[in-house]
Amino acid sequence: MTDSANAYLSLAETTGHDDPRWAFGSGFEQQDAAEVASPVPDGVAAADLAAYCLMLGDDALLAGHRLTEWVSNAPELEEEVALANIALDLLGQARVLLARAGHVEGAGRDEDTLAYLRTEAEFRHVALAEQPDDLDFGRCVARLLVFSTWRLALLHRLLGSADPVLAAVAGKGVKEVAYHRDHAARWTLRLGDGTPESHRRMQAALEWVWPFVDELFRPSDEERRLAAAGVAVDPAQVRAEFDAVLHEVLVRATLTRPDRPGIGPVAGRGGRQGLHTEKLGPLLAEMQSVARQHPGATW
Amino acid sequence: MTASVDSGPEAGFAATIAADQRIEPRDWMPDAYRGTLVRQIAQHAHSEIIGMQPEGNWLLRAPSLRRKAILLAKVQDEAGHGMYLYAAAETLGVDRAELTEKLIAAKQRYSSIFNYPTLSFADVGVIGWLVDGAAICNQVPLCRCSYGPYARAMIRICKEESFHQRQGYELLLTMVRGTDAQREMVQESTNRWWWPSLMMFGPPDADSPNTRQSMAWGIKRHTNDELRQRFVDMTVPQADALGVTLPDPDLRWNAERGAYDYTEPDWAEFRAVLAGAGPCNAQRLAHRRRAHENGAWVREAATAYAEKHGSRP
Repeated sequence: MTDSANAYLSLAETTGHDDPRWAFGSGFEQQDAAEVASPVPDGVAAADLAAYCLMLGDDALLAGHRLTEWVSNAPELEEEVALANIALDLLGQARVLLARAGHVEGAGRDEDTLAYLRTEAEFRHVALAEQPDDLDFGRCVARLLVFSTWRLALLHRLLGSADPVLAAVAGKGVKEVAYHRDHAARWTLRLGDGTPESHRRMQAALEWVWPFVDELFRPSDEERRLAAAGVAVDPAQVRAEFDAVLHEVLVRATLTRPDRPGIGPVAGRGGRQGLHTEKLGPLLAEMQSVARQHPGATW
Repeated sequence: MTASVDSGPEAGFAATIAADQRIEPRDWMPDAYRGTLVRQIAQHAHSEIIGMQPEGNWLLRAPSLRRKAILLAKVQDEAGHGMYLYAAAETLGVDRAELTEKLIAAKQRYSSIFNYPTLSFADVGVIGWLVDGAAICNQVPLCRCSYGPYARAMIRICKEESFHQRQGYELLLTMVRGTDAQREMVQESTNRWWWPSLMMFGPPDADSPNTRQSMAWGIKRHTNDELRQRFVDMTVPQADALGVTLPDPDLRWNAERGAYDYTEPDWAEFRAVLAGAGPCNAQRLAHRRRAHENGAWVREAATAYAEKHGSRP
């Protein structure tokens, strides 16, 4: 059987590091290197565009990190595969967006410098993305439902962005995030309309996530300016779509829309301005630990 | 199966094995053959699932986003391998839930290698190189296993494992070309994983009571010692290319045998880990049990929903 012979042959190879066969098809190289280097659209401040790419990139990076905590902890093997898949999609989006932010910024920072060497206040994600679910599957589903419904609405509008990188990220991302939203919605139905216990837990999970919803629709100054230039989306414009989707899912799931106030900004600052919750510090301490222990190392 | 009408099912089974053909789920097979396969495939499936834990230990700390993506995809593949293997076991009349219960009750085993801890990021690379390398040596012959569903699952798994092995080795090549601290990490990790990797082939042939019957049934194709030798012989030049030293002072080429002489691993340690005294046995099983129990309400909800609505949402 040729399969077995080939597997042994490939095992015994000791080719050099530069041999392209070692990287062949690994699929993890930054695919959009050329695209990331597109010029900044006319009439747009580079600092605004870099900040916006960080916002969308950090949202994906941290939401993906929280999902990655589920690896080896999921309720079923099918769910192991699904959650890892969603985390991989978000990590892929984060990589392109951080690379684009670094390029536009022009200070020589790449995706890894931005992910591993920034301090808390330099991150620009919304509070929702960093919230831990403590391996409560109901919370995981509630957070994913809210996050993906919101992000899909944003990405749909970014398809027409004047920035070609954002438009390309949106083009790939809408397919991915549509699946994420669908996955979360299906679980919301199963848990909401499953057993009395699952109904109670899913409702509690919604109550937990709800205070982080309002911030999603609060535009930062950068977003307002970029939206006016046709580059970004003003998130306030996707609230109606978000509410309609959530309404449909919650009604079918026999769940009640929570009536809880959103957490407000502190002196006008929230996640988009680098002011986060207490959950971020420990997350970054863990995520950045190896990279920071080995300055100058390549991996 | 093409057994003639006048031969009984046992003769048909024997003829299929003798002709090196595949036994399929609907074919008659001896109870002992079925039992051996269930035990082996379940153990293999459990190993994939438990094996997600030691590598998962580094997912949240992977020091580059590319390495994080590679590792996440690899651990995801392991969940997928567990699914194919449980599905192969189900063709023998057992079900996944029942096998999972046996795993968490410690009534079925998983590969002992996963009872060792992952203590540095270099372990991610060394596990790919040595542990996946050893696993492939064991598994490639299973692509020709006499039981069709297992053989077919193994073809798919081996392709992916071979990819993981290359990715692990590529990480190590990158690290040994990096800082002194990175080179030290690779050497230290190699020192820890070398002996447990040799143990992955099982006890020496003289102490392996099941080997002969498994070989007669076409489940197993090579003895433990044959596979271990093959692994050593392919690994030594790879270690040289990396510039790491395998922690065996007596490892040397034997021109007469056309193979490397090597020191046997500590079989007393092997038996102790197998008996539950490894560094992580209790931790791995408790983790799996906790995940399974924490997911019970979710699985119950999915079942209740499907019963109410007649299908998946």
